[in-house]
Amino acid sequence: MDTFLQQIVNGLTVGSVYAVVALGYTMVYGIVQLINFAHGEVVMIGCMVAFSVILALAPTGLPPFIIVGAGIAVAVPACMVVGYAVERVAYRPLRNAPRLAPLITAIGISIVLQHLALLVWSRNFIAFPQIIELKLFHFGSSDTSASISNIQVAIILTSVAMMAGLLWLVYRTRLGIAMRATSQNPQVAGLMGIDVNRVISSTFVIGAGLGAVAGAMVGTYYGIAHYQMGFLLGLKAFSAAVLGGIGNLGGAVLGGILMGLIESLGAGYVGDFTNVCFLDKFLPGFGEVCAASPESSLFGSNYKDVYAFIVLILVLVFRPSGLLGERVGDRA
Amino acid sequence: MSLLKLEKVEVHYGGIRAVKGIDLTVEKGELVCLIGANGAGKTTTLRAITGLAHATGRIEYEGEQIAGKKSHEIARLGLALVPEGRGVFPQLTIDENLAMGAYMRRDAPAVAHDVERVFSLFPRLKERRGQTAGTMSGGEQQMLAIGRALMSRPRLLLLDEPSMGLAPIMVEKIFEVIRLIAAEGVTMLLVEQNAKLALEASHRAYVLESGLVTISGEASKLLGDPQVRSAYLGE
Repeated sequence: MDTFLQQIVNGLTVGSVYAVVALGYTMVYGIVQLINFAHGEVVMIGCMVAFSVILALAPTGLPPFIIVGAGIAVAVPACMVVGYAVERVAYRPLRNAPRLAPLITAIGISIVLQHLALLVWSRNFIAFPQIIELKLFHFGSSDTSASISNIQVAIILTSVAMMAGLLWLVYRTRLGIAMRATSQNPQVAGLMGIDVNRVISSTFVIGAGLGAVAGAMVGTYYGIAHYQMGFLLGLKAFSAAVLGGIGNLGGAVLGGILMGLIESLGAGYVGDFTNVCFLDKFLPGFGEVCAASPESSLFGSNYKDVYAFIVLILVLVFRPSGLLGERVGDRA
Repeated sequence: MSLLKLEKVEVHYGGIRAVKGIDLTVEKGELVCLIGANGAGKTTTLRAITGLAHATGRIEYEGEQIAGKKSHEIARLGLALVPEGRGVFPQLTIDENLAMGAYMRRDAPAVAHDVERVFSLFPRLKERRGQTAGTMSGGEQQMLAIGRALMSRPRLLLLDEPSMGLAPIMVEKIFEVIRLIAAEGVTMLLVEQNAKLALEASHRAYVLESGLVTISGEASKLLGDPQVRSAYLGE
C-alpha cells in the first residue's frame, strides 16, 4: 500500500467535511463579521441527532442508505432550529455591541450547547451501529496502490453536492444576492426592502443545515459520537476558513480540503519525520532501542490534531487575510 | 392629502439635535428640493424619513405615520432613497444591483422591461452590466444608484446629493435624467448643495439652516429671493 496516495484519499474525505463546516463559519462571518464559535457544537448536535435516529432504525433492517438518510433528514431541521435560536437569542441583541461581546457570547453558547448535549446524550461515546458493509475500491498499480471506501465516496460526493448547491444559492438566487448585498452594506440593503434580520437568520439556518450533514458524515466515517466532538472539529474547520480567507466561500472550500490533506499527510508521515533512530550513530544507547523496535518515533499519528493549529498560527503570522482573502483591515 | 408630510420632526444624534422640528410637505407629482449648507440637517431629514435615523414627531406617508418603522418596511410602502455617497453594492454586478432594486417585486416580465428602461436612461450601465459596481467611476455609480432606486417603481423618490463629487458634465447628465423622471410624474424630494441646479429643476423648495426650515416656497421665487441669492447662489 502506498502511504502517500492513501493519505491523499483520506485527506480529501475529511477535507471535504471540513470544507462544509468551514462554509458555515465563513458565511456567518461574511454577513455579520462574527466568528460563530458555537458552529462546531451545532455540527456535534447534528451528529448526535442523526445517531439517535440511526440507532433507532438500525434493527429494522432497512437499507443502510435509507437509515443514514433518515438520520440526516431529522438532523438538518433540528440543527436549523438550533442555528436560528442561537442567532435570535444570543447574537441579535448584540448586533450593535462592540465586536468582543458577541465573540465571548459565542464561546458561552458553545459551552451551553455542549452541556445540553451532555444532558440529552450522556457523557458516553455513542457507537455507530454496524449497518454499512464496508466496500473498498482499489486503484493504482500493485506497488503504489491505495483504496477508497464506499463511505468515503459517499462523503466526498455529498460534500461536493452541498458546496455546489450553496454556491448556486449564493450566486444565482434572489436570497443569495440579498445575502451578499446585506454583507456589503446592511443599511442600503434595508432601503431595498430587504429584511436584513431575516437574511441574517437565513444565513445561520443554512450554515447550520450544512453543519448537520457534516456532523452526520463525520460520525458515520469515524463510527463514533461524543458530546465534546464539536470542539476540535469546529476549531479545525475554523482554521480552514481562516486558511482560505474568512468570509470567502471559495476560500472555505479550498482551506477545508487543504486542511484535510495537511492533516492526513502529516499523520501519515509524522512517524518517519520524527524517527530518532538516525541518532544512534551519535548517541550510544539508541542502538539497542532501535534494534528492538525500528519505529522509535517521538510523535505518532495521534498528533494529527496539532497540524490544524500549526497551520492556523502560520497563516495568522504570515498571511492573515488567508489564501483567497482580500484584506483584513480592522476586522477582528 | 399630501403624499409626504413632516410635522415637528426632530432627530437626535447622541446629545446633538441635528434636526430641530421640521415641517415639510410633498404633494403627489411634485419635485421638491431641500437646500442648505453643510450640516444643516438635509441628509438627516432624509435618513429620518427612510427609517435610517430615529426621529420624533410625525412623518406621514399617505396619511400613515411611518416614524419608528424599520427601513425595509418603509421601502415596501413605495419610498426609495438614493443615499448620499451612492451606496451601490460594490461587489455585486450592475445587473445584480438593479435586481436588488427590484427585490420587492415579483413581476419578472415588468422588471425586465424596467431594466431596459434604466439602460435606455443610462446606456453606460448596459455596456457594463456584468461588471462589479465598485469598479465604476463615481458618475456611473450615481447612475446605477438612481437606476436601482427606479427599479422599485417608487411612488416617492428621495435623492441625497446626486451631484456630489461629480464632474460638471456628469452633473448635467444626472439632472437631465432627474427632470425626465419628474416629467413622467414621479414624485421626488431632492437634497442638494448645488442650490441653483436644484431650484431650477424643482417646483417648490425648502431652505434648511441649522436643523430648521428658514425659507420655503415656489422654487422660481426662491431663485429671485435676494436672501437666497446671497446665501446659496453666491451672489
